[in-house]
Amino acid sequence: MVTLTPLEAELLAVAGSVPDPELPVLTLQELGVLRAVHVRDTDSVEVELTPTYTGCPAVEAMSTDIERALRDHGVREVTVRTVLIPAWSTDDISAEGRRKLREFGIAPPRAQRTAGPVGITLGPTRTAGQDPEPVRCPNCGSADTELLSRFSSTACKALRRCLDCREPFDHFKEL
Amino acid sequence: MTTTAHTDTAALALGDDALVLSHRLGEWMGHAPVLEEEVALANIALDLLGQARILLSMAGDEDDLAYLREERAFRNLQLVEQPNGDFAHTIARQLYFSTYQHLLYDRLATGGGPFAGLAAKAVKEVAYHRDHAEQWTLRLGDGTDLSHERMRRACEALWRFTGEMFQPLEGVGTDLTGLETPWLESVGAVLGRAGLETPEGPRTGAWRAGAGRQGLHTEPFGRMLAEMQHLHRSHPGASW
Repeated sequence: MVTLTPLEAELLAVAGSVPDPELPVLTLQELGVLRAVHVRDTDSVEVELTPTYTGCPAVEAMSTDIERALRDHGVREVTVRTVLIPAWSTDDISAEGRRKLREFGIAPPRAQRTAGPVGITLGPTRTAGQDPEPVRCPNCGSADTELLSRFSSTACKALRRCLDCREPFDHFKEL
Repeated sequence: MTTTAHTDTAALALGDDALVLSHRLGEWMGHAPVLEEEVALANIALDLLGQARILLSMAGDEDDLAYLREERAFRNLQLVEQPNGDFAHTIARQLYFSTYQHLLYDRLATGGGPFAGLAAKAVKEVAYHRDHAEQWTLRLGDGTDLSHERMRRACEALWRFTGEMFQPLEGVGTDLTGLETPWLESVGAVLGRAGLETPEGPRTGAWRAGAGRQGLHTEPFGRMLAEMQHLHRSHPGASW
């Protein structure tokens, strides 16, 4: 980890406080997509941003929002660069971010056991009693939920239903 | 990033695969059998479009490449340009392609070449695409007589386009012929579980199925391009 200068730390905090355009309960810092802030000149800054998904359309809105936040903070020139390496993973979402997701009605992603490609098995869609770490209903907390669709309102979410309270809900799927 | 001419060749080929299949999947919008499926196909299309943008940008200007090239300049596999057909055809195409793409990106991710960054990111997304196609193959193949018959027909009809995936590709940095055996095992296992037989018959051949990488495309591709490109060509540089 590169040590940040006090100014870089300050600017990283400003950029990190920008809300995610699609999940406004989360900040970009909590989502874990801000990689670095480099101060190039007295008032020129480069920000490194990584997309959650390759085709995530929110990246452009994020860039614009970061530029605006840093300009408002007195930075004259802001460049936002998209970086792919290392790839973002749902493990990059902070504990606070996970708590906020749950509160917002989205089941947070479970921590992944191993790095690398997501292992997927063609198992039953219902999780209670099958999975050591079931996806819990964000509304009632029940572990008895079932998968309705692997793809939901955005690429990063799956659609599930609680079999106790019967509410459908989004699950931020593991990546 | 500095790229060589060979890297450009491979970036164009892989980028065109992603772009063309993304467009085909987008054609389902408003027509999918259920809302959840519409959303799923749109999400897969979006992932592929993201890959296409990165890959085509390695080879040149992404918009010029997507909207201003003629049919013969596209380097995608003939498999991905095949029309959606019925839902079984769309699923068979996705099963064949996503299995291939997953194997390919998995290799590229660890190879350290120019595609490693994208591949490491996209391989995890493609795992969900493949999983989705597998689930539907099982449901349709192991479903009713009608769904079984339709799935069987789709797998057979697209089989002849699958050999092209394993032809050598300049600049890709991995041996594509080496993907063929694991691909056959993986696809064969899914078809087996779905109660379907692995199709027989040529997968490329004397009558030249599979020359998309050389710019030779099948008849439906031109019409797809016409629809995909006409807005940009009619109103160059338009935006909203």
